[in-house]
Amino acid sequence: MHEMSVAQSIVQIVEEVLQEQNAHKVLKVVVKIGELVAVVPESLQFCYRAITEGTTLGESELVIQTVPVRALCQGCGREFSPQRPFFICPFCESSRVRLLQGQELQVSELEVEE
Amino acid sequence: MKVLTVERKILKKNEDIAAENRQRFRQANLKVLNLLSSPGAGKTTLLERTLERLAPPYRVAVVEGDVQTDNDARRIARHKVPVVQVITRGGCHLEASLVQEAVTNFELDQLDLLFIENVGNLVCPANYDLGEDLKVVIISTTEGDDKPLKYPPMFRVAHVCVINKIDLLPYVDFDVQKARDYAHGINPDLRFFELSARTGQGLEHWVQWLESLIPKPPA
Repeated sequence: MHEMSVAQSIVQIVEEVLQEQNAHKVLKVVVKIGELVAVVPESLQFCYRAITEGTTLGESELVIQTVPVRALCQGCGREFSPQRPFFICPFCESSRVRLLQGQELQVSELEVEE
Repeated sequence: MKVLTVERKILKKNEDIAAENRQRFRQANLKVLNLLSSPGAGKTTLLERTLERLAPPYRVAVVEGDVQTDNDARRIARHKVPVVQVITRGGCHLEASLVQEAVTNFELDQLDLLFIENVGNLVCPANYDLGEDLKVVIISTTEGDDKPLKYPPMFRVAHVCVINKIDLLPYVDFDVQKARDYAHGINPDLRFFELSARTGQGLEHWVQWLESLIPKPPA
C-alpha cells in the first residue's frame, strides 16, 4: 500500500506549483500512471481524498490517466504493445526490447482558478 | 480557469536522494545490493550464510528493513557485522531517505559491501530506487513458480534472481525451469542463482559472484 505515499507526493508537487504560479485554488490534478507501475488507481483516489479533505485541495478532482506499455524491438526496430507479462517482440520474437512508455508516475497537468 | 502543464515525476524526491546515496556509495568505493522478496523467501537466512563466508575477509554492513521488530537485525548482529534496523511501522517499502539516514551509522569508506534487506514485498519496493548498484530478487521453491508472472515490475527492475530452498524441490511442485523461463521473458538480462541457504547447496556460485563485484582486495 504505497498509494498513500504516492498521494502525499502528488499533494506536495501540487502545492509547490501553486506557490510558484501564485495560484490558490486547484480544480483538477491530472496524473499519468504507467501500466507497469504498481499503483492501483482506486487506492490512489481513496488516499488522495483522505489526505486532501478539508484542505485547499479538498475540492480538486484527481484525474488518473493510465499509460499503456509500448516497446521498441532492438532486433527489428519495430514498435509494439507487449502482450504482458512478457516483453517479446511479436514480429521477430526478440526479447531485446526497450520500453518506450508504461513506467510513468508523474503529475502532468493542473487546472487552477485564475 | 487556467491549465498548467507540470510534467513532474511523483517520486522525484526519492530519486534525487537515491542519486545522492549512489554518489556517496561510489565515492566510498562500496558495492550496494538491495535484496527483495516476498516474506519468508529466505532473505535473512541467505544473508547470514553469505556473511559467514564473506565477512571476514571483506568488510560488510547490513541495513535491515522491516515493518516491525528488530528480530532480523539481531540475527545479523550475531555475525559481528555492523547492522542498522529500519522499522517502517507499516510502510511497505524502504525509501532512499530512510537508507540515507541509516547509513550515517556506518563508516562507509571502511566498507566493501553493503546489503540492504528490503521489506518483504514484491510490489511496492520495485518503484523505489535506494541508490543501490544492483537489485536482487529472491524467490523460493515453497512459493509458486509463477511468481515472475504475478509480479512483473519487480522482475523487470531486478538484475539478479536467486531461487532459494532448492533442497526442498523433491517435496514441492516448483518447476525451476518454468520460473526461469517466466522471469527471462520479463527480463532477458536477469542473472540466476539456484541455491539453498539452509544446506549451502549452490551457495558457492553466489558467493563467488559477490566477491567478483567487490572492487577492493580483501583487507
